Amino acid sequence: MEKILEVKELVTGYKGKTGFLKAVDGVSFDIEKGETVCIVGESGSGKSVTSMSIMRLVDYENGKILSGSIRFEQEELTDKSSDEMRHIRGSKISMIFQEPLTALNPVFTVGKQITEAILLHQSITKKKAMERAEELLRLVGLSDPKTRLKQFPHELSGGMRQRVMIAIALASNPELLIADEPTTALDVTIEAQILELLRTIREQRNMSIMLITHDIGVAAEMAHRIIIMYAGKIVEIGKTNDILQRPYHPYSKGLMESVPKMDGQRGVPLQSIDGTIPSLHEMPSGCRFSPRCPLATDKCRGEAPQLERKGDRQVACWHVDKLLQQEDKTQVKEGI
Amino acid sequence: MRLENHAGLDHQPLVEIKHLKKYFTIKGGGVFKREKKEIKAVDDVSFQIFKGETLGLVGESGCGKSTLGRNLLRLQEPTAGEVLFHGENILQYKKKQLRDLRNKMQIIYQDPFGSLNPRFTIGQIIGEMFAIHGTAKGKEKEQRIKELLALVGLDSSRYNSYPHEFSGGQRQRVGIARALALQPEFVVADEPVSALDVSVQSQIINLLMKLKEDLGLTLLFIAHGLNVVRHISDRVGVMYLGRMVELSETDNIFDHPAHPYTAALLTTIPDANPNAKKERIVLKGEVPSPAAPPSGCSFRTRCPLATERCAKEVPKLQEIRSGHFVSCHYPLEKGQSLRDAIV
Ligand SMILES: Nc1ncnc2c1ncn2[C@@H]1O[C@H](COP(=O)(O)OP(=O)(O)OP(=O)(O)O)[C@@H](O)[C@H]1O
Ligand SMILES: Nc1ncnc2c1ncn2[C@@H]1O[C@H](COP(=O)(O)OP(=O)(O)OP(=O)(O)O)[C@@H](O)[C@H]1O
Ligand code: SF4
Ligand SMILES: [Mg+2]
Ligand SMILES: [Mg+2]
Repeated sequence: MEKILEVKELVTGYKGKTGFLKAVDGVSFDIEKGETVCIVGESGSGKSVTSMSIMRLVDYENGKILSGSIRFEQEELTDKSSDEMRHIRGSKISMIFQEPLTALNPVFTVGKQITEAILLHQSITKKKAMERAEELLRLVGLSDPKTRLKQFPHELSGGMRQRVMIAIALASNPELLIADEPTTALDVTIEAQILELLRTIREQRNMSIMLITHDIGVAAEMAHRIIIMYAGKIVEIGKTNDILQRPYHPYSKGLMESVPKMDGQRGVPLQSIDGTIPSLHEMPSGCRFSPRCPLATDKCRGEAPQLERKGDRQVACWHVDKLLQQEDKTQVKEGI
Repeated sequence: MRLENHAGLDHQPLVEIKHLKKYFTIKGGGVFKREKKEIKAVDDVSFQIFKGETLGLVGESGCGKSTLGRNLLRLQEPTAGEVLFHGENILQYKKKQLRDLRNKMQIIYQDPFGSLNPRFTIGQIIGEMFAIHGTAKGKEKEQRIKELLALVGLDSSRYNSYPHEFSGGQRQRVGIARALALQPEFVVADEPVSALDVSVQSQIINLLMKLKEDLGLTLLFIAHGLNVVRHISDRVGVMYLGRMVELSETDNIFDHPAHPYTAALLTTIPDANPNAKKERIVLKGEVPSPAAPPSGCSFRTRCPLATERCAKEVPKLQEIRSGHFVSCHYPLEKGQSLRDAIV
């Protein structure tokens, strides 16, 4: 398969009082053409910073890519000038943000904002651009697109605004769509509409999608592969079904088990992970999950495990073999 | 185990809600802003909450869940209707009676960040409850607060800490401790876990289940997440645009939903179980504005089963099977899927 995006050892930091605080610390992964990869992890784990780094938008927020490489269609993005980056953003890579109201400009009509995105990359007449905008609104499933074009963002519902954002993101026919929690602010039935829309568009255009979410259910339905992040690092990467059926990393395992299943037994205590995610200025030494991990040993607290291959999977944990062996043993005992 | 069967539930209503309405008037968009619009946030809702049960309440954003919760506690004045608590209509209570009522009915808020005053210590925030209701003072008060902190799994040495020194999950624990300070019989938990991370959510859900069991609370649990509601609730009510559209025992509602909205909702929840094969039915269109709800059945603009009758006649909440209430002209039969009904 052709790799469209390759991120290697990415480190991104924000200026703090005593130097840079690393929000993303040595992250490596890739995305193939036509593939949907979901990044899952708790609030503050570095999901947004990872995507903002790929878009090279961290610079605008007091942040900096401190080291590592981001290759998109074989080209290194970390070397690009801001003009070159501006061209790549919104032509080959587009992004949808979590909060559709703040991402749209309140003083311009929907039509103006979409045509602007189109005219940025195509030299066609305004009239043609307006036609194309109408087409895009129809594609994202907005009823009566002619009227919508004349409306202002506040006149639309949250679901409609998110569709407009998707229309803008698609205006340039991107190769890679980065969607940062595109449905978190929406209702369940509207979320279902948007996810279905993203799936259809990906199939039609063989586009790649990097979808950020903290909802494992959403990842289960959308992703070919899942990346699990914790405290600025990737702890596990694997095929969706593999990860859902048998998470390897103790954090992934804890995460899966704390979600009530729709067919699980009701009323019994849920599994939970004690404690909370550490903040940037008090990162534990060694494995960052060690203070919350039931398997942690001195080795874990002393030395950080690297992301290593285990068959189809990549895991960063010193004791993954022990964990898997234990699981196998209890399964034999239970006669499964 | 408590929820394996519901034999332990005595079907005594603790709270009875009768034809409850809450309308808000807002200024219209006209040039002179004289035109007034009415939002029917809660529109003629009737149901009972049994003693000792957890009743889950679900529905999309803006359908009136929080408004219902606030009004039935009289934290807001309802437009019309009755709320009976132990058989007495609390909407007729005067100030003093109302203050006593606060000891018995409490609320846990959705937002663990906004609902605690940042300038007060945790001890003061919880202590405030005793001050208002004059039930404990001095050393005794401090002792009670420390017990409460321990009860919700917080270190009692954090007595003098401020809210910002706590994580979201810990703050939600403080909110729970505050709600339980006066040993209420009935608690409305308004999305107590929505703002929290997955791994912290389960800590709070476990805490609520345990406290409910230990203290014999009755709980109205409002939430978006159907998986969470299913896990914790004995019965579940589904709201749509200010109305209760379905109410039944939890397993029954998840296995045999009768309202087309509930049925569609259940096919669309993203579920982490890769083996769960489901036929998804994605509802078309947007949720209508509560300022201009459709005539007849408020769900008809998105309902795959809607007919002319639905545009004309408001369906009443009716008991179609024992303990199963639905407001729909064409409720699904037991075992019938929405897909079957459409064809
Ligand atoms: N502009 C910024 N300045 C300083 N620190 C920042 C900035 N943006 C993000 N951070 C920090 O970087 C860390 C990672 O944040 P990020 O937004 O990537 O988390 P996330 O995984 O997207 O979380 P969420 O699920 O809440 O969106 C956090 O500790 C955050 O406080
Ligand atoms: N004080 C108010 N003034 C005017 N309108 C209000 C007021 N409070 C609520 N509403 C409106 O009443 C309707 C119901 O709101 P409510 O907060 O009860 O919904 P909800 O079901 O709790 O939603 P969510 O899931 O987003 O919390 C909404 O349309 C809301 O805009
Ligand atoms: S490395 Fe150690 S602490 Fe980290 S997840 Fe694995 S077992 Fe737990
Ligand atoms: Mg984010
Ligand atoms: Mg609410």
